[in-house]
Amino acid sequence: MSTATTTRITTRRGLAADVVEFGTDGPPLVFLHGAGGHLAHEPMLETLGESFHVYAPVWPGYGPDNTETALEDMLDFTLHGWDVVDQLNLDRAPHLVGHSMGGMIAAEMAALNPGSLDRLVLVASAGLWLDEHPITDIFAMLPFELAEVLFHDPVAGEKLLTAGQDFSSDGALTEFMVGNARRLGTAGKILFPIPNRRLSKRLYRITNPTLVLWGDDDRLIPPAYAAAFAEAIANVRLERLAECGHMIPHEQPAVAATLIKDFLA
Amino acid sequence: MKFTWFNLMPWPDLPEDFREKNRSVWVDIPNTLFDPVRANEIYNTYMDQLEFAAAVGFDGIGVNEHHQNGYGIMPSPNIIAAGLARRTTDAAICVIGNSIALYNPPIRVAEELAMLDCITGGRLVAGFPVGTPMDTNFCYGQIPALTRDKYDEAHELIMRAWAETEPFAFDGKYNQLRYVNCWPKPIQKPHPPIYVPGGGSIETWDFCLDHDYNYSYLSFNGHKAGKALLDGYWERVSERGDRDDHPGRASFAQIICVADTDAEAEELYAEHLLYFFNRCLHVYPGYADPPGYRTLKTIKAGKLAQFRKENMKLFQTLTWKDLVEGGFVIAGSPDTVREQMEQMIKDLRIGTVFCLLHMGDMPDWKTRYSTQLFAEKVMPQLQDIWPDYDMDRWWCHPLEDRVDTVATMPAATRKVDRAGNSLS
Repeated sequence: MSTATTTRITTRRGLAADVVEFGTDGPPLVFLHGAGGHLAHEPMLETLGESFHVYAPVWPGYGPDNTETALEDMLDFTLHGWDVVDQLNLDRAPHLVGHSMGGMIAAEMAALNPGSLDRLVLVASAGLWLDEHPITDIFAMLPFELAEVLFHDPVAGEKLLTAGQDFSSDGALTEFMVGNARRLGTAGKILFPIPNRRLSKRLYRITNPTLVLWGDDDRLIPPAYAAAFAEAIANVRLERLAECGHMIPHEQPAVAATLIKDFLA
Repeated sequence: MKFTWFNLMPWPDLPEDFREKNRSVWVDIPNTLFDPVRANEIYNTYMDQLEFAAAVGFDGIGVNEHHQNGYGIMPSPNIIAAGLARRTTDAAICVIGNSIALYNPPIRVAEELAMLDCITGGRLVAGFPVGTPMDTNFCYGQIPALTRDKYDEAHELIMRAWAETEPFAFDGKYNQLRYVNCWPKPIQKPHPPIYVPGGGSIETWDFCLDHDYNYSYLSFNGHKAGKALLDGYWERVSERGDRDDHPGRASFAQIICVADTDAEAEELYAEHLLYFFNRCLHVYPGYADPPGYRTLKTIKAGKLAQFRKENMKLFQTLTWKDLVEGGFVIAGSPDTVREQMEQMIKDLRIGTVFCLLHMGDMPDWKTRYSTQLFAEKVMPQLQDIWPDYDMDRWWCHPLEDRVDTVATMPAATRKVDRAGNSLS
């Protein structure tokens, strides 16, 4: 297991951001988190840090800097992703891994600029919409309803989400509500009311070898979307995970890390 | 003092077990509950009531905008207002208002409100709400974190469209229009009076004061709960120091029930108010607060109970006593109502009351009875409550010599000969 260190960068747009790093040796791997942000522990990234130098930027709206007003639409988000990569001064093109909303951004980055990354990994990625399989509206959900759609095992999932905080205390709940308003308020710019900013029109541009990971019990973005991504991307491998919901990096971190490592090897 | 008779236009047939069977009265209410044939009667009854209120002397009659809502079947207030415009002659037509961030492009609001102002001869009072999250975000798909920004841009576009005398290009973030050229234009110059309904955010208070608009606090919680909020508003007015404390700067919505005696008020109206409070206000909390809609400051000041799991199944079941004692409703004999209204108007320091005299499933005759008693026995004693102020400052200024649309109604069927003379 690698341990996390945090460095600060400032993009050419002028946005300060924290980048959490795992490991120091191995090829660079950039990981973009989902709409919930980083949790207290990131076991999948810790394991990947044994084989890669993992860079996990904290997205605007998810860290201490009030930089999220600068990002308004999908192109702003996509360019911010590349702006961050540019500031890492990597000696070679990184692998790009994204979970959920982060997958959507990573796929947009790859479609815009496929020559600037090595391989692409989409983990339960957002970005497409299928009328027959509507994605649950997380923006209309109350905090205590989230674990049920995010995890195969909601009881264990609830503990991961709350990280031992006691929401019966007003202070903790208020802090959560404020953080949640910033996080999902930002995410809403590309995910509300329907998480579709026409990525499907651009996926043809992704020629990089791509791995699509999906949990069998994903109740937020159902596995039908795995097939849709696999169909639209030219050079793709699809892997499904048993006993796993939407939160793959937290519910099956070891299995996911192995699949990613094998694919990138 | 201005009194505006306001109808939310609730659906009167929600079943008794509505709350047990359904998640929300708003956004995803089962649309099979809406019976269009029944709506033929309901819409016309509600419009008749608004016209009745104008006839018995209310200063204004008011309509508003809600979508996919069991207590408001008025997604287009402008359609109702157009109907009222032709069957009334003196009352202000208060459209409180159009959710301007939802009109694409918002020039549509500038056009339609100008049409209403022209048809009524300058009787329009216009409202520009930011809009509830239910309407704005969940029903009409606006991104929560960008809603206020889009509202600000829509406001700028509408006001420029009314003011400019040459076509101009508008390069907005949400609206790009190469030729903005408002046609028609409103009679009232520089524009009809603007009312901004708000829920207590300091941003909205400042917006009203920046532009010298009326701030309208429209809630169903009544004058006792409203006091703290309006105190905050007036404190803000004095803190800024750039505007006077004219009571016409503020309005308030109040549920009112008038009968011969206090006991008769309960007997006549209690069941209909309880229908409203215990059935119509059943809104799923997840729709009330999409992340990004409220400012962080507002969240920090807010109440948390509705977000707790243990409170989800506990429906609040209010009684008549709760409603009267809590100030949700001002109810009773004309004396009781007059006394409480006077207190409220002075306490809150308001120039306009939006009088909610029809509520829930109240039948037509009770609505008229209560309305008439208010107009005859309450309103006259309250009209001159602010003798030292020009109470028309935030009110419409109709043409002296305007078309009397009611008088011309029989003439609508007039046939003419080749010389333009009336036949028979």
